Amino acid sequence: MPSYISEPHQVIIGEDEKYVVNMGPQHPSTHGVLRFELTIKGETIVNLVPHCGYIHRGIEKMCESNTYQQIIHLTDRLDYMSAHQNNEAVSLCVEKALGVEVPERAKVVRTILSELSRLSSHLLWWAAFGMDLGALTSFFYAMRDREKILDIFEENTGGRLIQSYICPGGLMYDIQPNFAQRVKDLLAYLRKKLPEYDRLLTGNVIFLNRTQGIGRMSKEMAIDYAVTGPAGRGSGFSCDVRRYEPYSAYDRVEFKEILYTEGDTFARYKVRMDEMWESMKIIDQLIDQIPDGPHTAKMKPVIKLPAGEYYQRVETAKGELGIYIISDGEKNPLRFRLRTPCFSNLFVIDKLAVGTKIADLIAIFGSLDLVIPDIDR
Amino acid sequence: MSFNIYDFTSFTQSIHDGLSSVMAPGWVTFTELVIVGIVFLAFYALTGLALVYIERKVCAFIQNRVGPNRVGPYGLFQTVADATKLLLKELLMVHKADKFLFNLAPYIVIVASFMALGALPFAKGLHAIDLNIGVLYILAVTSLSVLGILIAGWSSNSKYSLIGAMRSGAQVVSYELSVGMALLTVVLFTGSMQLSVIVESQVDGWWIFKGHIPAFIALIIYIVASTAEINRGPFDIAEAESELAAGFHTEYSGMKFAFFFLAEYVNMFFVAGLAATVFLGGWMPLHIGGFEAFNRVMDFIPPIIWFFGKTFALIYIIMLFKWTFPRIRIDQLLTLEWKYLLPINLFNILIVALIVMMGWHF
Repeated sequence: MPSYISEPHQVIIGEDEKYVVNMGPQHPSTHGVLRFELTIKGETIVNLVPHCGYIHRGIEKMCESNTYQQIIHLTDRLDYMSAHQNNEAVSLCVEKALGVEVPERAKVVRTILSELSRLSSHLLWWAAFGMDLGALTSFFYAMRDREKILDIFEENTGGRLIQSYICPGGLMYDIQPNFAQRVKDLLAYLRKKLPEYDRLLTGNVIFLNRTQGIGRMSKEMAIDYAVTGPAGRGSGFSCDVRRYEPYSAYDRVEFKEILYTEGDTFARYKVRMDEMWESMKIIDQLIDQIPDGPHTAKMKPVIKLPAGEYYQRVETAKGELGIYIISDGEKNPLRFRLRTPCFSNLFVIDKLAVGTKIADLIAIFGSLDLVIPDIDR
Repeated sequence: MSFNIYDFTSFTQSIHDGLSSVMAPGWVTFTELVIVGIVFLAFYALTGLALVYIERKVCAFIQNRVGPNRVGPYGLFQTVADATKLLLKELLMVHKADKFLFNLAPYIVIVASFMALGALPFAKGLHAIDLNIGVLYILAVTSLSVLGILIAGWSSNSKYSLIGAMRSGAQVVSYELSVGMALLTVVLFTGSMQLSVIVESQVDGWWIFKGHIPAFIALIIYIVASTAEINRGPFDIAEAESELAAGFHTEYSGMKFAFFFLAEYVNMFFVAGLAATVFLGGWMPLHIGGFEAFNRVMDFIPPIIWFFGKTFALIYIIMLFKWTFPRIRIDQLLTLEWKYLLPINLFNILIVALIVMMGWHF
């Protein structure tokens, strides 16, 4: 058998009491199809091998035979929680290559939608994290609030999760007239609801016992494994792309980069909870000042990038997404490479989880906030 | 047939007399056993049905949604539909599972909870098994269910089931100690293990009020420990859906799974009923020793309503725990018992012994 297919295991308990258990690919807690091959001794994990690829759809290869406007629809489906941010990344890369200046209105709306995606992603993460740990109620609370964000998306873009709205040049069509009002109402509502989440989970003794001190990732480990996003910032690795390479309207808003130094599951949890407040602050600063004007720049119907290599990175909700396009002047890219955050974040898990219990693996995995299609593309 | 809702003794006595006049005494006993058995079976099934529906409604209430409301008015027939579905399911037999043990496990769990349920005093005169070692009998019988769980996990020939069963076995065996010792405080107060005597002794006030602080501590410990005993709430690692895909009863389907499912809910009823009996007065109305007028007013409500009212109040609290708190890890669970609950319990018993000797309770 080829070496990448592992031998089937029988139900045998080895000589030194180790046995191999598969967690997944279908499993309530691996959010998506991911298989963990765990070697456990009693309750403690001795070895952990993640097997990805169950949802590999060949997005990078498909992009090589699609035009740049069609690629938007494919990148939506990577990390579907941050569809706007994925689209923004591709659009920014194409615009950088062509030297197109995006109108101000489009920049501001892109940033607002990007932050709303981050909010929606973090709300879903909180829902799933609580549910994995056993607090099944958190799922319903966060989903109820997330529905309001998705309603705004649907009204403006036509899609709840997958929008394909931010395209090279600006936005695909203009926002609705009541966009600003709806977003303001949403923020007022969320500001009342987020403290409720803290009361439910953050202060709970059982929850603190399950998350504090679990899965400690040092800053060096985060840098070595390139763990970006909230997972890395929980260990003190300052990597926020919005701060270091501002794009769209991020250079004109004030926001803090949330950093915690403990590096355990609870620190990663707190980073995401605080990031939700920061996102709301960013939206607040922009929502009243959406400039008038065209919503898109004039683009040719057939986009051909000049020959060369172009790279653009954005900060999605999960971490740093990088788009690398090699073009040879045709209307399809020669090579389209995605540096996805979840792929890098996944492979630190065997360092974090070895030596802990099965229940801790669930907590650590939940705190890394992985979306499996992002890993497999 | 004289039926007095306040005292079922006349009702049961009249049945006994009626039977004695037509049969020989041996047959009378046999018939009475059959009648009690059938009544309990029906009660068991109905309680399970009602509790599953109540759980779904309470869960929905906490999660800000409605719960079942399609099957029947207000969704009342939802559990009937569930039971029908489970009856019609194919009973899968796992490859290379130990057939005898695999089939035996659900029955052990049901029998254990059935035997315990018989010992609860439901109302004045409605007490099936009134042994003079009542509390001890109950502790002994509830310990049998851990056998069922371990057998289920082992005979399923599946690693997940085995892990779940081992965790559950450790958990149940540890928390039995706390349950026993929490009940022991009230036995010390009353001076007897017989449940009917314990209920009678609360005629001038429930032990939770008469026994003030130690009885309150004992009630809290009892609720926590018995939630762990029945594999429920924050202590449901044995069947943690998000970790091990249903733990020790992963491989069970159809009616056998229904048995485990039912036993868990009726166990919850039993545990709440026992707490109500021992700490909250059972079928005894709320009396304040010395206030005759108040006691007369309280006596107006039939004892059986008191019993079920208290039990369902405690059931509601137990359900709230499950749907609010995250799950505890197995080693934290065992730490909680052996390092915290057990010492507090022992200390509590010491204080109660002192109080009883000195007469410092009401």
